[in-house]
Amino acid sequence: MHRRTLLGAAALLPFGARVVSAAPPAETITPALIEAARKEGKVSYYTAMDLSVAEPMAKAFEAKFPGIKVAVERTGAERLFNRLAQETASNIKRCDVVNSSDAAHFITWKREGWLQPYVTVDITENVAPEMRDPEGAFVNQRTHLSAMAYHIGLVKPGDAPKGFNDLLDPKYAGKLVKGHPGYSGTIMTATHQIARELGWGYFEKLAKQKVMQVQSATEPPKKLEAGERAVAVDGSDYLFWMGRERGVPIEVVYPVEGTPLISNPMAVFKAAPNPSAARLLFAWIMSGEGQEFIVNLSGQYPANLKVKAKAGRPPLSSIKTLREDPVEVEKTADEIKAKYARIFKV
Amino acid sequence: MPASSRSEAATADLPVRSSLQLDLSRPILIAVTALLVVMIALPMGWLIVYSLSDKQGTATLGNFVTLFTDPSFVDPLITTLIIAVSVSAICCIVAAPLGWLVARTDMPIRRIVRTLVMASLVTPPFVGAIAWEMLAAPNSGLLNQLWRSLTGMPSDEALFDIYSLTGLIFVIACYTFPYVFILVANALDRMPGELEDASSMLGAKTWQTARRITMPLALPTLLAGALVAFLQALNLFGSPAILAIPAGFHTLTTRIWSLFQFPPKPELAAAASLPLLLLTILLLRGQALALGRRGYAVLGGKYGEPRLVRLGAWRLPAAALALLVLAMPLFLPYAALFNSAFSRVASRLVTLDTITLHNVRFTFLELSSTMPALKNTFLLATLSATLGAVLALLIAYIVARRAVPGHRVLAFLATAPLAIPGIVLGVGLFLAYTRPPLTLYGTLWILLIAFITIELPAAYQQLSSAFHAVHPELEEAGRMLGASRLRTLADITAPLLRSAVIATWCFVFVAVIRELSAAVILFTSETKVLSVLIFDLKESGDVGAIAVLSLTMVGITTVVVAVANRFGGGREAGRLHARTAG
Repeated sequence: MHRRTLLGAAALLPFGARVVSAAPPAETITPALIEAARKEGKVSYYTAMDLSVAEPMAKAFEAKFPGIKVAVERTGAERLFNRLAQETASNIKRCDVVNSSDAAHFITWKREGWLQPYVTVDITENVAPEMRDPEGAFVNQRTHLSAMAYHIGLVKPGDAPKGFNDLLDPKYAGKLVKGHPGYSGTIMTATHQIARELGWGYFEKLAKQKVMQVQSATEPPKKLEAGERAVAVDGSDYLFWMGRERGVPIEVVYPVEGTPLISNPMAVFKAAPNPSAARLLFAWIMSGEGQEFIVNLSGQYPANLKVKAKAGRPPLSSIKTLREDPVEVEKTADEIKAKYARIFKV
Repeated sequence: MPASSRSEAATADLPVRSSLQLDLSRPILIAVTALLVVMIALPMGWLIVYSLSDKQGTATLGNFVTLFTDPSFVDPLITTLIIAVSVSAICCIVAAPLGWLVARTDMPIRRIVRTLVMASLVTPPFVGAIAWEMLAAPNSGLLNQLWRSLTGMPSDEALFDIYSLTGLIFVIACYTFPYVFILVANALDRMPGELEDASSMLGAKTWQTARRITMPLALPTLLAGALVAFLQALNLFGSPAILAIPAGFHTLTTRIWSLFQFPPKPELAAAASLPLLLLTILLLRGQALALGRRGYAVLGGKYGEPRLVRLGAWRLPAAALALLVLAMPLFLPYAALFNSAFSRVASRLVTLDTITLHNVRFTFLELSSTMPALKNTFLLATLSATLGAVLALLIAYIVARRAVPGHRVLAFLATAPLAIPGIVLGVGLFLAYTRPPLTLYGTLWILLIAFITIELPAAYQQLSSAFHAVHPELEEAGRMLGASRLRTLADITAPLLRSAVIATWCFVFVAVIRELSAAVILFTSETKVLSVLIFDLKESGDVGAIAVLSLTMVGITTVVVAVANRFGGGREAGRLHARTAG
């Protein structure tokens, strides 16, 4: 696999560098595709995206293409990975389109031959080459960050942490909530990046802070909203923002050491029981309309360059992000899980 | 008539009868035995094989070495034992006095208290754990907020911390003590009044009688109850999964479950399951011994109704105490569930201004897993209840009437699953049915097998005690008039057992709806059931939807139980049982 050094912006992902590709020809949404999809009548979408975004997106698709029902199968990316492995091993064919917050999974799946190369014109024209697989097996659907955040009612802005190292201050003991890389792809990706930048010693110190351990990266924002803990060590940035826009008193923090960057690739499954509906859903999500829906609802950073980021959110280029390295994550995922479980005891 | 000669007579009859009246009892017996052997021996066999192999499939004891040396297994093992012992002790301390108050005193509202304790059993333990999270999470918990607003304590001071070992023990005890309570209260109901009368006639004071007569008589039952509680706590998966992980520790069941994370380690999971299995078998032996001794209290002719102890001035405090105990599994958790079902944020008390149907709308209109999960759950519960009741009825009949030689084996097989914890059975079935010839993983069948296996012992015990109350003469009359054994069973025995069968059906139905520990290992995305959906939603922290689904689940269960009671099922079975004992 080709590796590159990436700096900051989401536009640079090591999915493959050269655009010389054996990818299939780019397709568009044709009436024939819609008709074939309608005959299938349903499509299953495996994703790690929070339900508050995934289900409305599914409903928007159903409204646009009546007669096709979307079944959203949401769970943490690492559990999703496990579930797909078990289902495939048992010859259960259910997954049509898969979308995960752990980009490393797509390297494995592609190698196993589970992904159906499929490329649309929206992808070839409007998605940066670094964001897609040269053979067209997968493409980044959207990008988000694993940000920090605090509850304004529980932490005075002057006392707020500015970065990861601040969280080791004894005053935060018992006040932190954090996701788990054994369940969440966002946290897996983030854990790899933080361990690389700050060393595993950082987590050893953090574990002494009586951290409340939850599973998915979608849960720290909810624990913060409930006021259960004052500071979230990590979590999906878009959920912190969505809460804030709903009036929840929280403030998002982009750590001074850098914010973990999470791409969310998507692919059509080769064994898809509804191959046409799978392609239609995939193509729609990558279209301007699908991308706009995700951006307007959640403010995640779109992969489609024609779609503007959500107003009121900080532009991705203004945030110091850490380098995402799916190739390395793919190699070391088991080790990361084991180390993490040893340090945090769960 | 001895069993063998009678069955020989039955077989000898065969040629005389017309082919339409063929006695099917022998093929049925063989089929039932084979079915039970496959249901139990196959998963348990694979469990043992896996526990003794490494990843490549070569024989090794390495898994057990890991199990007893690696702290990531030893710690959960110790934690689990601490939990089981504590829960068992707490359950006895709470259930014994409460059972006595309800069964033997003139405490007001004692009937209501009794019904409500039983009703609290309808709550799946993992739903109870989620509700207690809403109540007693250190910062956002409603009770802690209340305490802070009353005392003016600062924001990070908490009265209760549910994310702790004590918190977990408390929550498990909340949903385990009803089992002990039912055992104790029923035993006290049946206890001979004469002994106590004699004691008081000889001049003993009320309390002396209670201490010297009632308590010793109830002690074996209490011991059995302690073991039941111990087993429940030992094998429970739901509550620890909800509370232990945020608290930063594992129990044995959650550790086994975590071994199914990628990359799955079924060998270790199998090895870690065996201590649970062995401990359960040992304790069940112990329980049989303890309950066996109870015999001397109940056998030996008719006894008078036990006399009620007059509490006098203590009547109201006793009732208040009973209500306080009931608040823990019932009033407080349900208040919390209703609150978060209709609130945007579970940690805030809902008011007329903030009440919202957002969660209800999301659960039923947006969440695409809701309807499939409801459908699967209903289908599985109905099928398991029907097939389970039929199977249990057949076995109970064969055993009770000693219809064929070898009936004892059937009785043993039907009760054996009692010794298999849900999560262990889940692991065993996963290993057995993810391979040919029966690749059932991913289908509803594997869940159906799991549920029937888990519920068979209870169903069998319920029906077998009912059978003992139907006199064989009635059936023999039918047989003499030329009806086949099956015909007799259908026309004579079954109607007499109607209420017991209905009760059993409902019992299995309810138990299946709340089953999580086997389902969480066996489900796939297509075969998700309600309990697993709630568990999945927990992972992403969607408590509003969880509250709505939990209330739906409990609502369904309550309706089924109510219907059962209307048919007189539960009470009838109890009465039959009492008659047998007398």
